[in-house]
Amino acid sequence: MAVTSRRVYLGVEEVSGPLVFVRGVKGVGYGEIAEVVTASGEVRRGRVLIVDGDRAVIQVFEGTGDISTKRARVRFTGEPMTVKVSDEMLGRVFDGTGRPIDGGPPPIGGEERDINGSPINPASRLYPENFIQTGISAIDGMNTLIRGQKLPIFSTSGLPHNRLAAQIVRQATIPGEESEFVIVFAAMGVKHDEAAFFRESFRESGALENVVMFLNLADDPSIERTITPRVALTVAEYLAFDRDKHVLVILTDMTNYCEALREVATARGDVPTRKGYPGYLYSDLASIYERAGRIEGSKGSITQIPILTMPNNDITHPVPDLTGYITEGQIVLDPKLHQQGIYPPIAVLPSLSRLMKDGIGEGYTREDHPNLANQLYASYARVQQIRNIAAIIGEEELSSVDRKYLRFGEFFEQEFLNQGDANRTIEETLDLGWRALGLLPVEELPRLKREQIDKYYHPWE
Amino acid sequence: MPPEESGTVTYINGPVVKASGMAEASMMELVYVSEERLAWEIIALEEDVATIQVYEDTTGIKPGMPVYRSGSPLAVELGPGLVGQVLDGIGRPLNVMREKQGAFLRRGLQVPTLDRERKWPFVPNVSPGAEVKPGDILGTVRETPLLEHRIVVPEGVAGKVIRVAPEGEYTVTETIAVIATGDGEREVKLMRRWPVRRSHPLKERLKPSVPLITGQRVLDIFFPLAKGGAAAIPGGFGAGKTVLQHQLASWSDADVIIYIGCGERGNEMTDVLRQFPELQDPRTGRPLMERTILIANTSNMPVTARESSIYTGVTIAEYFRDMGYHVALMADSTSRWAEAVREIAGRLEEMPVEEGFPAYLPARLAEFYERAGYGKVADDRYGSVTIIGAVSPPGGDFTEPVTQHTKRFVRAFWALDKRLAFARHFPAVSWIDSYSEYVDDIAPWWEGKYGVDWRGLRQRALSILARENELQKIVQIIGPDALPDEQRLVLHVAAMIKEGFLQQNALDPVDRYSTPEKELKLLELLMHYEDRARDLVRQGLPVYRIQGMKVNRALLAARHEIPDDKLEELEALRERMDAEFDALEKEIPRPREVRS
Repeated sequence: MAVTSRRVYLGVEEVSGPLVFVRGVKGVGYGEIAEVVTASGEVRRGRVLIVDGDRAVIQVFEGTGDISTKRARVRFTGEPMTVKVSDEMLGRVFDGTGRPIDGGPPPIGGEERDINGSPINPASRLYPENFIQTGISAIDGMNTLIRGQKLPIFSTSGLPHNRLAAQIVRQATIPGEESEFVIVFAAMGVKHDEAAFFRESFRESGALENVVMFLNLADDPSIERTITPRVALTVAEYLAFDRDKHVLVILTDMTNYCEALREVATARGDVPTRKGYPGYLYSDLASIYERAGRIEGSKGSITQIPILTMPNNDITHPVPDLTGYITEGQIVLDPKLHQQGIYPPIAVLPSLSRLMKDGIGEGYTREDHPNLANQLYASYARVQQIRNIAAIIGEEELSSVDRKYLRFGEFFEQEFLNQGDANRTIEETLDLGWRALGLLPVEELPRLKREQIDKYYHPWE
Repeated sequence: MPPEESGTVTYINGPVVKASGMAEASMMELVYVSEERLAWEIIALEEDVATIQVYEDTTGIKPGMPVYRSGSPLAVELGPGLVGQVLDGIGRPLNVMREKQGAFLRRGLQVPTLDRERKWPFVPNVSPGAEVKPGDILGTVRETPLLEHRIVVPEGVAGKVIRVAPEGEYTVTETIAVIATGDGEREVKLMRRWPVRRSHPLKERLKPSVPLITGQRVLDIFFPLAKGGAAAIPGGFGAGKTVLQHQLASWSDADVIIYIGCGERGNEMTDVLRQFPELQDPRTGRPLMERTILIANTSNMPVTARESSIYTGVTIAEYFRDMGYHVALMADSTSRWAEAVREIAGRLEEMPVEEGFPAYLPARLAEFYERAGYGKVADDRYGSVTIIGAVSPPGGDFTEPVTQHTKRFVRAFWALDKRLAFARHFPAVSWIDSYSEYVDDIAPWWEGKYGVDWRGLRQRALSILARENELQKIVQIIGPDALPDEQRLVLHVAAMIKEGFLQQNALDPVDRYSTPEKELKLLELLMHYEDRARDLVRQGLPVYRIQGMKVNRALLAARHEIPDDKLEELEALRERMDAEFDALEKEIPRPREVRS
């Protein structure tokens, strides 16, 4: 059946947004790849979204411009969307569907893999517990990244999320291990400048031969974005689980991905939920984010750092909201810190790493790390309350303890957070945390153990 | 039963498929499609066209493929071998799937829930000739050191036992008893099958009166849940729903725990799988896994199986309840289940009402939560199913439909507050927005067992916290120092209750679980502190002297420094506290007596 369907070219009945409707199909399977040939002979690829008797609805990745109902022709491949995976892909640049755009030939070897992958059996997962040192205090000290974690950066337009992501890629190491990270970089709808920035940054750090780039840029067809992360993750899974490499996946910008998904959903007439996004946005995002982790029988791992810009800096927007429900925490960037010239402008209070509890402390980082992080959180949360009061009644009216909190908050932001491009070891980060706490009297530190205070606490006065 | 080919696929849209030639089929019937035998369920019938939801990926499914009927609805196998398992949403053991498929789940694998080969030690409890009725125990199987699996007479079967298997080892499909009923002989095996979507009611429903002790102070004392009750935990992401659910699964004093990871993170299930065999039940010292059944349908597994995972879980709960056990079921998260319902409704082009949810969402929620209950399962045995559902409101907004409708069907509401979570106050259960309607039902239990005025103690502490909440609004405007000392003391004591009682560190080996005795004594001690402090402040002692007391640190640290088996240290702490108060009292300058 597949053979005949390959040869049959059919006419297009209707074109609507990114969708093409075809009649007279036979033996077409759900999810298989179709090729639409335009009047000028250009071939566009698409995926079957609905089959209803002899009708099929195709979502065209590369845009439906120039497709006419009279002259376009469609044929079905009988295969799901695949990408060829191989070691040769390292150091190469591909478009959003996996075709080379760096002038080189397509990789020769390798095997075709379904880009949708398969869910990892939860019973086969290995729990992530290896600390990744990013050299960034706000992350290492308080929102520790763990190998196999998915930890997104929540940002907004105008903030240095790209610089932060590039810095993480450059500095990420596992203390005590030599194995290096391989980078899979997927861009969805990002500007040419941003793509160039990452490329330059990978080149400078000498990592380019360890990077696979998939670029769907802002002026590329938007529907193509719906498959870019899947193509990238299929390659990442191959590198991690077949080739035992530790893979760091950067996905940027997930908000553009979701908008493309919404475009398809709207064209298809799906029931809209919040802000017009389809009800299955959560499941769809999960099918991307859950492709991270470690599995039995493989030495490799996939660590994901998705980047998303929050429209209007609203963390309750469906994209960051649903992302936060799936990922294992989030790193939130704050425009106010950025305005004060603090880099990286990480808002530590709404940030979180769900996996840090098992990857820090004795045997991983240092025995005081969990309680220190906990105390820094609590104290810095108190700073925010006191600042609110001070804004109303004036600093002079505050008690002496409260004024100490303000000094602590100042030091914490200017020294602990504001590190610029410095690459700090975990010990440096923790010691700096203790130095900040030295501004507070010992009675204000109930979350630290007595012996930790004896060992590390040095009051400033 | 060789399935009969009866229909053909005509339409595919994601997990929703239509098939024609299905005039004989019935609603909710399980069907199999294509040579791969993918398991599907009929959710709508119109003339001879059946609309079917598919539990697996539909890629490659084509019109014209055959559909086979099974003749029965989706059911789950029940019997020895459930405990300690990890099942997917339709009851397939994930460990077996791993052995057969490797680390990734591929579709089309049919695996029975229960191992057909394994033999179980059966001990009969009745002799031939005995008259039995539903609920009576025919025999037992020691399934794990923590759990005796009781083989009870099934619903609708009553009569004389003709034959019962002697003590020995049997597989789940071997007959262990034959009962002569009015309609002929009935064979009873170790295994049975129950349809999952139908409730299996209690023989006699009773009012819940015994608390589910969770070892979590804020819940047990302030917002208690009764065995057989239902509670909801709403909270935005990062508020700590999952950690709290894990805590409840670990420490609740239920006999059997069913934990449903419904549309949640894969690594979280791995975390449970990794920890539960190591964590010990505080009452028996045995690994928690010996009383736990996990159902894992993570967010990236098929959405329709996510929808059924809730029903599979609660059906297993009812089965253990009927043996006379107290079962606690945790569902994390019911919002993901509701979204699965919504997704399927959307594919069926049903009319959306609120935020895209179908009109029957409240009815579905009610059906689920009403399967909780406490009551008689036999003349001399009681059982219960307690349901604790996590809710994940979009944007942390509690006015959204799932939270609002859930609120109508649960009687304990544990609202998680993101602001508390940001300050790393865990569990982030808000003492302002949470409530429990079980307080009066279970107060006699506390008061009878511990001889204390539990209700009064609880009310007093809650009043302090409520008063502090009001005062904080003023503090936001004028600062704390402008308040009179008596009000500043309220702020101070409330802070002590929050830090020393309400907060509980899930990672601390002592603090993560408190016995009811410790919960009571700790709160009594804090209230005693308040009594003494208030008295001294009234006499004129400045409040900063109270804030600077040496005993404060020890009082705050008691929750993690004094283990459950050394509660006498709380007495010593009380003595130290009294001594320090006595010393302070002597320092209060007394106005000279004026002689007339």
